[in-house]
Amino acid sequence: MFDLQGYGWMLWDGLQMTLLVGLCSLVLAILMGLIGAWGKLSENRVARAAAATYTTVIRGIPELLLLLIIFYGTPTLIQGIAEDLGYDIIVDFNPFIAGVLTIGFIYGAFATEVFRGAFIAVPPGQMEAARAIGMSSVLAFRRVMLPQIWRFALPGLGNIWMVLIKATALISVIQLEELMRKSFIAMGATKLPFTFFFTAALMYLAITVISMLGQQRIERWANRGIRRA
Amino acid sequence: MDFQIIVDSFPKLLEGMALTIEITGLALIMGFALAVPLALLRLSPNPLVWPPVYAFVLFFRGTPLLVQIFLVYYGAGQFRPLLQEYGLWAYFREAYFCAVLTLTLNTAAYTTEIFRGAIQAVPHGEVEAARACGMSGWLLNRRIVLPKALRLALPAYSNEVVFLFQSTSLVSIITLMDLTGVARVIVARSFDVYEIYITAGLMYLAVTYGILGIFRQVEFRLSGHTRERPDGDATADPLKPFG
Repeated sequence: MFDLQGYGWMLWDGLQMTLLVGLCSLVLAILMGLIGAWGKLSENRVARAAAATYTTVIRGIPELLLLLIIFYGTPTLIQGIAEDLGYDIIVDFNPFIAGVLTIGFIYGAFATEVFRGAFIAVPPGQMEAARAIGMSSVLAFRRVMLPQIWRFALPGLGNIWMVLIKATALISVIQLEELMRKSFIAMGATKLPFTFFFTAALMYLAITVISMLGQQRIERWANRGIRRA
Repeated sequence: MDFQIIVDSFPKLLEGMALTIEITGLALIMGFALAVPLALLRLSPNPLVWPPVYAFVLFFRGTPLLVQIFLVYYGAGQFRPLLQEYGLWAYFREAYFCAVLTLTLNTAAYTTEIFRGAIQAVPHGEVEAARACGMSGWLLNRRIVLPKALRLALPAYSNEVVFLFQSTSLVSIITLMDLTGVARVIVARSFDVYEIYITAGLMYLAVTYGILGIFRQVEFRLSGHTRERPDGDATADPLKPFG
């Protein structure tokens, strides 16, 4: 049943694309999460409201719909603005960029909550002390907060990564040639849908299991030198 | 913004939302019914019982829902002669059946894991007390463990309900006309990307927070015994005699 009829290499290419798009999305999600958490804990009322709206809206709308809005909506928006300015252009959106933007943006909302918790976990006295010896808030954030929050954020970020990598399968809907899309193409050529989708499923499962083991090791590394209760 | 198209297509979007809610409801009820026994089997010490449940949970939690849907909807075609022999092909041919089946199994796996954690969180003393009263087996589970565990599981379960509700949008990929499916068809015809998708998004948003509100209400009702009495009767809480 697992005769892939020479399409194995295609799935392998797709797997690499899945990992690439997943990693890029994770980087964006972490950036969005840091900004979001900063907004949520900010004293500025506008920043707080913006961060709250971001997490509320993203978590209330299905990923597929957000993907469609970003992929089909952005070119329409740009073309509309260009038309108003008197230009007639056609924008073609790259599915890789649309996918990374969507997935990164969505999981940034989940990362926001993770980082918010991590920021709160660092004792406030440390930031006060840093400010008291003359560091600017940006410098104090970089030197005191950033090195410490990872330890608190790692379990949450590991979970986000494992959900995120599964969510990248959706990008196949906008024709990005990742694992799902490649399986679909292989299915069309061989008429063996179960074989290929099951192989793809096992590949995703392998990513999940390896990530789980990796998460344990990284957490142990990040917690070295911390006394256990 | 073209508001007329929103007004014109709203009835169709509502029909789509009805299918979305219908599929969510069916999958939830059947998934719950599967998850309770599966969680109990998952905690069985018998090495022939728990590994299959563990594998089921790992597979459905470790792979994307889209793969699972394709595996059932397209994958069934590979076993067509076999399915026809047993008279099951008529079901697997239908996108609706495949969607509900996959979502049921998917939510059952996630819910099993939630209930497993909740059952393990039931205080050991309560189980001991029940055993001391002579309860065991099914009676113990039915009277003591499950009611307590389900209450403990409620916050995590409400998240799962919201995730399942949003995941149903994937059934539009296998041609079902749920809210996302209807929105995609209208956009393909009218090119009003923003108007339609944002309206659909707001509808999802409203129902999501509606679901969360209902669960908050249920949680409040079920935790009455842990709250202070509204009349401020100090004797209600023996730990705070002068509160």
